[in-house]
Amino acid sequence: MERMALTRSALRLFSGRFTQACQVRGYADAPSMSLTFAAPSQVLYNNISVKQIDVPSFSGSFGILPAHVPTLAVLKPGVVTVFENDGSTKKFFVSSGTVTINEDSTVQLLAEEAVPVDTLDISAAKELLAQSQSQLASASSEVAKAEAEISIEVSEALVKACE
Amino acid sequence: MFSRSAAIIPQCQQVRGMATLKMISIRLKSVKNIQKITQSMKMVSAAKYTKAERELKLARPYGIGAQEFYKKAEVKDEEGEKGQLIIAVSSDRGLCGAVHSSIGRIVKTDIAANPNTKVVIVGDKVRNILQRLYAKNIAMVVTEVGRKPAVFGDAALVAQSIINSGIEFSKGKILFNAFRTVVSFRTTEMPLYSQNAVANASKLPVYDSLDSDVIQSYTEFSLASLLFYSMKENATSEQSSRMTAMDNASKNAGEMIDKLTMTFNRTRQAVITRELIEIISGAAALETKN
Repeated sequence: MERMALTRSALRLFSGRFTQACQVRGYADAPSMSLTFAAPSQVLYNNISVKQIDVPSFSGSFGILPAHVPTLAVLKPGVVTVFENDGSTKKFFVSSGTVTINEDSTVQLLAEEAVPVDTLDISAAKELLAQSQSQLASASSEVAKAEAEISIEVSEALVKACE
Repeated sequence: MFSRSAAIIPQCQQVRGMATLKMISIRLKSVKNIQKITQSMKMVSAAKYTKAERELKLARPYGIGAQEFYKKAEVKDEEGEKGQLIIAVSSDRGLCGAVHSSIGRIVKTDIAANPNTKVVIVGDKVRNILQRLYAKNIAMVVTEVGRKPAVFGDAALVAQSIINSGIEFSKGKILFNAFRTVVSFRTTEMPLYSQNAVANASKLPVYDSLDSDVIQSYTEFSLASLLFYSMKENATSEQSSRMTAMDNASKNAGEMIDKLTMTFNRTRQAVITRELIEIISGAAALETKN
């Protein structure tokens, strides 16, 4: 470790480019990310500073760190993992919703329903999956089929989250 | 002709501005009943208010979070002539003070200023206010609102109907009563932006990897979220306003009862005194005769 620091400082003397690299390293640590994670009937985080958030979205699961590029995404049924500033990790199952990352590193995670993963019951989830599959088999109209497919998607994600 | 008028006169002799004991006691009984009813309505709305305020506290971060994107991305109203959409959020039940009339008033001034306006009404009361003059501008009415606390599913249903009806608008707003304190609420509006407005937002290019699908899903979901939030705020304002109105009504009824009781007792004493005078003067007349 000390040798790396020596060589780094030595290189710094020679080329100014490395100072830029060191600045970029610091950039990711310094600003924090303020998370508002809420569902219509409960608040999980309200403008709390966190280190990282992993979200499942229709355009792929991705992790959000401070100074993430601003974007909008629609949530898929799945697990949201929040890495808090004190190092602890909390997992929540979300059914659907949206995530907004703004320019000033504020993140709004609005879920239709969000529950902590440890409150999920795997047997109930498997039962729901079986129920939705039979619903799909007996579905007649397009709307009923779509509803059954959504139900299957959610229950599969539920089962996966319990494991 | 004269006999008929003779039949009416005896009544007028007795009525000296409600002087009859019977009439006063009837009135007294009915005002007491009204006071009981208004007191119980106040208790009921106090209980509903506590619950609504609790749910609102949990829903506030959600509602405020749902508006953040539009503020941060600096979305502006579309530069079109497709008209304005107003969603007036209220409820079906009255006796709650100025809750419905304040919304109706603002919708009326808005339509007068901009005739190309479509209104989606949530709640019967506002429909009654607007129906007479502005029936043409009413696009949709949602009823059975206000009896039970609003759930996200309700807001999603309303949002889905609005989207399905294909209403196009350049600028939009949600009008509702924002809850401030137990005794005060403020009629506020939340801006609503169409999909085109979002797509043309000044800061949108900053947002990465967006396609029209994502924008569409996002605007639809946020319409439901904003509607849910406005319903929650309005419900709390309505219950607190009803509590205050019923409390005032009970106090007024109490004052009327006091005044009526006073009049009743005075009239009763006057009747007794009159009877005594008649008896005594009758007796005195007999004595002097003897």
